[in-house]
This record gives sequence, C-alpha cells and structure tokens, in this order.
Amino acid sequence: MVSFRFHQYQVVGRALPTPGDEQPKIYRMKLWATNEVRAKSKFWYFLRKLKKVKKSNGQILALNEIFERYPTVVKNYGIWLRYQSRTGYHNMYKEFRDTTLNGAVEQMYDEMASRHRVRSPCIQIIKTATVPNDMCKRENTKQFHDEKIRFPLIFKKVRPPSRVLKTTFKASRPNLFM
Amino acid sequence: MTFKRFVEIGRVALVNYGKEYGQLVVIVDIVDQNRALVDAPDMIRSQINFKRLSLTDIKIDIPRSPKKKTLIAAMEEADVKNKWEKSSWGRKLIVQQRRASLNDFDRFKVMLAKIKRGGVIKQELAKLKKESAA
Repeated sequence: MVSFRFHQYQVVGRALPTPGDEQPKIYRMKLWATNEVRAKSKFWYFLRKLKKVKKSNGQILALNEIFERYPTVVKNYGIWLRYQSRTGYHNMYKEFRDTTLNGAVEQMYDEMASRHRVRSPCIQIIKTATVPNDMCKRENTKQFHDEKIRFPLIFKKVRPPSRVLKTTFKASRPNLFM
Repeated sequence: MTFKRFVEIGRVALVNYGKEYGQLVVIVDIVDQNRALVDAPDMIRSQINFKRLSLTDIKIDIPRSPKKKTLIAAMEEADVKNKWEKSSWGRKLIVQQRRASLNDFDRFKVMLAKIKRGGVIKQELAKLKKESAA
C-alpha cells in the first residue's frame, strides 16, 4: 500500500503528580500527525486548550500508532473538521469513500487545500467516523452505493508501461477509445 | 459506437502500469470515480486507479467484495485463465513473452524457419504465376 502522509496516533498523558494531587487524571487523545514527534506536540496543543496543563508540567504516558482494522473493505468515512479561512473559523462535515481512515484523512487534506486553499496547519479534525450506507449525506458518496454499479471508461490514457520507455514522438496517433 | 466493456463488479482487467504489470485482476468493489478494489488469487486485495487497468471482455459472476475462496471458485467456474489464453489479446501477450525470452540459439532456429517458410511461399507463388501466364 502507498505510504500515508498522515498517521493516526493514540496519545495518553497527564499532568505530573504534585504534593497537592497525587493521582492526576489521565487523558487520551486520538489525533493525526505526520510523525510521532508532531503527534506529541499536537497532544499538548489540544490538551492546553481543554485543561490547565502544559508540556512542562505534564508527562506523556503512551504513544501508539493506530492502524486500519479492515484495509481491504471499502467504507464511507465522515470527517468533521474545524478550519481557519481568511476571514475566520468554520466547521465542516465531509464524506469520503476509501479503504482506510488514513487514506480518507489524506483525501480530506488534499481536498481542503484545493477547494478552499486551506493548508494543513489550519485544519483541526474534530471527529471521524465510518458511516453506514444509509446515513451518508453527500450525493457524491451515495452514487457509489448501488450494488449493481457499472459504468464505462470513456477515455483511454495511452501510457508506456514504465517511465523509461517514454518517447517524445510517436509514429501514429493513438486510439483513445476504450 | 456504444460501450461494450464496463467497470463493474466481476470485470476482469489487465494491469498495465506499476508493480503488478501484466497481471490479470478482478474488480471486486468500486471505491470511487477513479479507484477500484481489485483482487487476484495470488495477490493481496488492494485498491488501484482505473488509469492502471485495461478492461477485458471477460466478466465473472461474484457478489460485491466476496471472500477469497468464493472469488477463486468463481474464477475456476468461469474458466478465466483458459478464456484469456485463448482470446486473441491473451495469445498475443503469450507470443510477446515467448519472443522476449528467446536465447541466441532459438533466434537462429527462428531465422531458419522463416527462410524455409519464405521458400515455400515463393514456390507456390511461382506455380500460380506460371498457371496464370499459361
């Protein structure tokens, strides 16, 4: 499988125990980052906004990567996100069809960048979920729910089997009909 | 000029780019407009872009996303391998592979065979010319 830009991590952390609080509450977060170092940093970023704890008076107890349970099954993924546009913060819900959650998240980042010019640091993923077929909201994903789906490929892209065999000039016009 | 080969569940396709170049795969599910989930008896089920697939005429009868066993059984029943090797596209591919794997001695034998065939054709042509001249 192609390597993903964004990996899903589970980060568990808590404030450091102090004489006043021997057993501080432990918090767990699931988040997306490109690597483990960034995952830890993101964890503290979000936790600071929710609780009165910083990296300097906290500790990370566990950091695990989460992998896709069924990567050979096609699923509908719903992603709730909060992004910063040029004029303010907005919430959004997007649906994607993919085999893995990491793939769907990568699709989301690509689509936000192309459709809304929002770069990845300005996007916060609120929630992700696998959506069953009947609860999908977007026509774009619902059109692939047909059991007997079939469509023709209308444009055949003629390619050499590898980049080394590429030539600039061809002897005859290619036939583009499938 | 309607379309005869459709992307559908059970369509057999040939991979024409990438690591699995030359493999026959079966479309097992459709991810979205550009990608399909494909499977073959000797590979892990994975998603592939339609740009990397060339659809064939062969279609087998399978439900959406079947188990590997069901897929292999359906492929045996539809006799995909034999149908492919008998089809003109499949035969051409086999000939291409054979020609690419010849060694020098084989190429020498091919040269002799071509000369012999050319000789026989010229004899027949000479006979026909004589008959039409006469």
